[in-house]
Amino acid sequence: MNKKQKLVVVGNGMVPGRVLETLFEADPDLYDVTIFNAEPRVNYNRIMLSPVLSGESAYEDIIIHDEAWYEANQVTLHMGAKVTGIDRKSKIVTSETGISASYDKLLMATGSTPFIIPVPGHDLPGVLAYRDLDDVNAMLGFAKRKGSKAVVIGGGLLGLEAAAGLHMQGLNTTVLHLMPTLMERQLDPSAGYLLEKELSRRGINIVTQAATKEILGTDKVEGVLLEDGQELAADLVVMAVGIRPNVSLAASAGVEIGKGILVDGQMKTSDPDIYAVGECVEFDGHCYGLVAPLYEQARICAGALAGSGEETYVHSDTSTKLKVTGVDLFSAGDFADSDNREEIVFRDATRGVYKRLVLEGDLLIGAVLYGETSDGAWFFQKIKDKDPILDDDRDTLIFGQAYSGGPPLDPMAAVAALPDEAEICGCNGVSKGKICGAIDKEGLTNLEGVRSCTKASSSCGTCTGLVESLLAFKLGDAFQLDTKKTMCGCTDLGHDEVRRLIVSQNLKTIPAVMQELGWKTSCGCAKCRPALNYYLLASWPGEYVDDGQSRFINERVHANIQKDGTYSVVPRAWGGMTTADELRAIADVVDKFNIPTIKFTGGQRVDMLGVQKEDLPAVWADLNAAGMVSGHAYGKSLRTVKTCVGSEWCRFGTQDSTGLGIKLEKMMWGSWTPHKVKLAVSGCPRNCAEATCKDIGVVCVDSGYEIHFAGAAGMEVKATDILCNVSTEAEALEYCGALLQLYREQGFYLERIWKWAARVGHDKVREQIVENDQLRIDLFERFLHAQSFAQTDPWAERASGKVDAHEFAALAHVPAE
Amino acid sequence: MDGLSLMTSRWIDVCALEEVPIRGARRLEIGGQTVGVFRTTSGEVYAIENKCPHLGGPLSEGIVHDSAVTCPLHNWIIDLNTGQARGADEGCVARFDVEVRDARIFVNIPV
Ligand code: SRM
Ligand SMILES: Cc1cc2nc3c(=O)[nH]c(=O)nc-3n(C[C@H](O)[C@H](O)[C@H](O)COP(=O)(O)OP(=O)(O)OC[C@H]3O[C@@H](n4cnc5c(N)ncnc54)[C@H](O)[C@@H]3O)c2cc1C
Ligand code: SF4
Ligand code: FES
Repeated sequence: MNKKQKLVVVGNGMVPGRVLETLFEADPDLYDVTIFNAEPRVNYNRIMLSPVLSGESAYEDIIIHDEAWYEANQVTLHMGAKVTGIDRKSKIVTSETGISASYDKLLMATGSTPFIIPVPGHDLPGVLAYRDLDDVNAMLGFAKRKGSKAVVIGGGLLGLEAAAGLHMQGLNTTVLHLMPTLMERQLDPSAGYLLEKELSRRGINIVTQAATKEILGTDKVEGVLLEDGQELAADLVVMAVGIRPNVSLAASAGVEIGKGILVDGQMKTSDPDIYAVGECVEFDGHCYGLVAPLYEQARICAGALAGSGEETYVHSDTSTKLKVTGVDLFSAGDFADSDNREEIVFRDATRGVYKRLVLEGDLLIGAVLYGETSDGAWFFQKIKDKDPILDDDRDTLIFGQAYSGGPPLDPMAAVAALPDEAEICGCNGVSKGKICGAIDKEGLTNLEGVRSCTKASSSCGTCTGLVESLLAFKLGDAFQLDTKKTMCGCTDLGHDEVRRLIVSQNLKTIPAVMQELGWKTSCGCAKCRPALNYYLLASWPGEYVDDGQSRFINERVHANIQKDGTYSVVPRAWGGMTTADELRAIADVVDKFNIPTIKFTGGQRVDMLGVQKEDLPAVWADLNAAGMVSGHAYGKSLRTVKTCVGSEWCRFGTQDSTGLGIKLEKMMWGSWTPHKVKLAVSGCPRNCAEATCKDIGVVCVDSGYEIHFAGAAGMEVKATDILCNVSTEAEALEYCGALLQLYREQGFYLERIWKWAARVGHDKVREQIVENDQLRIDLFERFLHAQSFAQTDPWAERASGKVDAHEFAALAHVPAE
Repeated sequence: MDGLSLMTSRWIDVCALEEVPIRGARRLEIGGQTVGVFRTTSGEVYAIENKCPHLGGPLSEGIVHDSAVTCPLHNWIIDLNTGQARGADEGCVARFDVEVRDARIFVNIPV
């Protein structure tokens, strides 16, 4: 009988387990096997720790190899024995507990170690990783204590499974995630949004863009402090921010490492007698954290150990599923955008379904599915097989396997085939029969008619296409598609519908709007994003977090870009007033920063032109020091309030027009609006401040104030309409504020006040502001409420270096040769 | 320098990945030119000449959407993959190879 060779395995995780199974199948008598495992237990299914944490499984259910298996295969297993030394010359390994074993072949499978962010307090008792059964048991210990609070740092796969499990165990659970959307490595923002919505609905508190500064506590965890100053109470902190291949043992033994232990296509390391598999390995630049590719490594490695291996390992794509009961989510392949790629997006807002396929040429290369993942495996197969997608199959591809190869769906034929009971509008529960009945009985010929008679398509609007197909099916050529103006190519909805639905459906983020309203692109375009950002800001003051990346450059950096890439700076001159000190400070700034041009604008203030971008914060700091703030000359916001000298000096002045102008500007500055807003206050009907061509104008008269609105003096020229006359300054402020708020609530993005008023009707505006006292008071109150969040000087924030510093500094300066 | 030297390039370690905001960009001043470094929603990083083919607008200041940027000056849309203007506009900017290694951005710049 041949003497068996000795195989020693370091680490007893899932992957070496699979190596041994395959090896024993091929030839059970080849090796004498000894395993060292740092964990004090047999091989168990690490993937299934989440159900153990949530209480849906027990440890016993997830054991892969029980003790009987080791006995049957004559494997020696040293449990709780961490290997600390490898002597490659004499081929002996030694454990921390003093056990040694000699080998002919060594298999390293040390897995990976969880990354712990080295913030202060990271070593306090109560800070855990999520890697093995001991971690799970420690977490379950906290679950026994009523009312315990858990904070999970990391909103990736592991963090969310931990959070879901802790939540199911009754802990009050918060997830802190550094990025704006969850699982950003596996999901696109739309799917990330749906996931966040579902987890929040269950009661898990999700905080995105949260950077951990410190873990608080003296001799155990008491809380977490974020960079932005927020503090969260916690009895338990789970760090799930990533893993690192565990290479320390290999490195100390002198085996070559990169990010992981370097192996060739046979899973052999730089030492021909040492193999490595699993998460500790780096192959061709790739490290893996999911079992599918690792089991493939195991198969190859077993072949190599058995001496029968001609196959070599090749890198392959992985797919991801989140194991949280009731959350269906799948992603695979590469789903980044690119010019030579096309996307197919399907959204069903009522059912919370989102699917996105990415094609490059005729190949499917990526898929993200949320809410309905039954076709995940089918798509993944197509990605891996690189099966060309035929043109005919493209239209139905997103509907998955069930539709594949069938005749292309004609939407008309599809609605014709539906039974009368089929539900067309999920929001309002309207069936096909009901819509057809209404078309016949009421003689409806268009979408609006169907909406007002049956309510179908009047809520979320995602069934609009179906309703239109039904109209076309019933009416034939008599039906003309409504040629309504949509916001942009990303949606079939107009500005009015989007504004209304944001409020009625309580949509509070851009991804929420895009998902619930069925955006056709995954992240919008330069037309819709600034509009959505404004609508959300105007609808949810104090709640919505402004998305800087959805703003045009001028609003993002609070200065006007010039044709040569420099910027202009216009400080506020309240009501067109200034002082000697302010002028002196401006002059100093101009000298100090070599600003080439200084000009009085048409808006009664000073413009400094040609400022370098990197100088902006310092320029602002100097202007701030002299009491000046941003004039918002760059914003869809309040610009200037021009005034004339009024009763204080002018022999014709009837009221203090300068004073009222200053008060109006102080009340309105900082407010974001659909388009820019300019005011003027003239002291008498001679109108030296040109109030009768402004968005809002006030002409002072003996009896009080004549309030004007909807003038234009740009590309269009149009005199204002009169809103009403009021007798006191307080009323003038209230009416103007209410009017501005009405415009903020109803205006379409990039629609000046005169266009808005022409669209809704000047009388309608008067009705709401002048005739309805309660409405005006409410509008004014809403305006002041919104202003309470809006009036922070954006220049001071940025001059402090604390906000958007990255906007102003260039990256590296490498001098020209 | 002799007249036979070939065009060469070198990899520049530009910054950490998170220093470029998602759906945003940064400017990189290098060798007398300005390069815009962009990061898209899906996390891809691109580097192109920071000069719009229309009238030289600084592309890094534009709005980034899918894999394109809209120029801040007159709204041309430049594709970050090809450097070409999209739609009816015609023009093209230079693009540079980018690699992300260990969460740092490297850009390959001709010298
Ligand atoms: C600086 C200034 C010209 C001046 O030297 O006097 C000016 C400069 C610009 N105007 Fe103006 N407008 C200036 C007063 C006006 C006025 C007169 C007024 O405010 O009394 C008008 C006519 C009234 C009006 O608002 O319609 C005016 C009508 C426009 C328009 C056309 C708007 C329209 O709806 O028709 C634009 C284009 C736009 O906004 O889309 C525009 C756009 C611009 C922009 C922002 C162009 C741009 O997008 O880069 C210019 C920025 C230069 C800069 O960096 O400062 N500017 N612009 C004035 C700044 C006023 C201020 O203190 O804030
Ligand atoms: C909670 C959780 C959920 C997961 N869910 C999924 C999923 O849904 N899908 C998926 O594909 N993957 C999932 N994974 C990842 C998957 O479990 C791993 O990819 C897989 O277990 C890696 O196996 P491995 O054998 O390489 O390493 P491990 O399973 O980590 O095993 C390494 C073992 O080696 C031991 N060890 C380390 N150093 C030494 C030493 N010096 N001496 C002796 N012993 C040592 C360690 O104690 C450990 O027991 C999940 C992981 C976790 C933690
Ligand atoms: S009129 Fe206004 S927009 Fe036109 S060039 Fe003059 S400043 Fe610029
Ligand atoms: S300079 Fe870019 S669009 Fe004109």
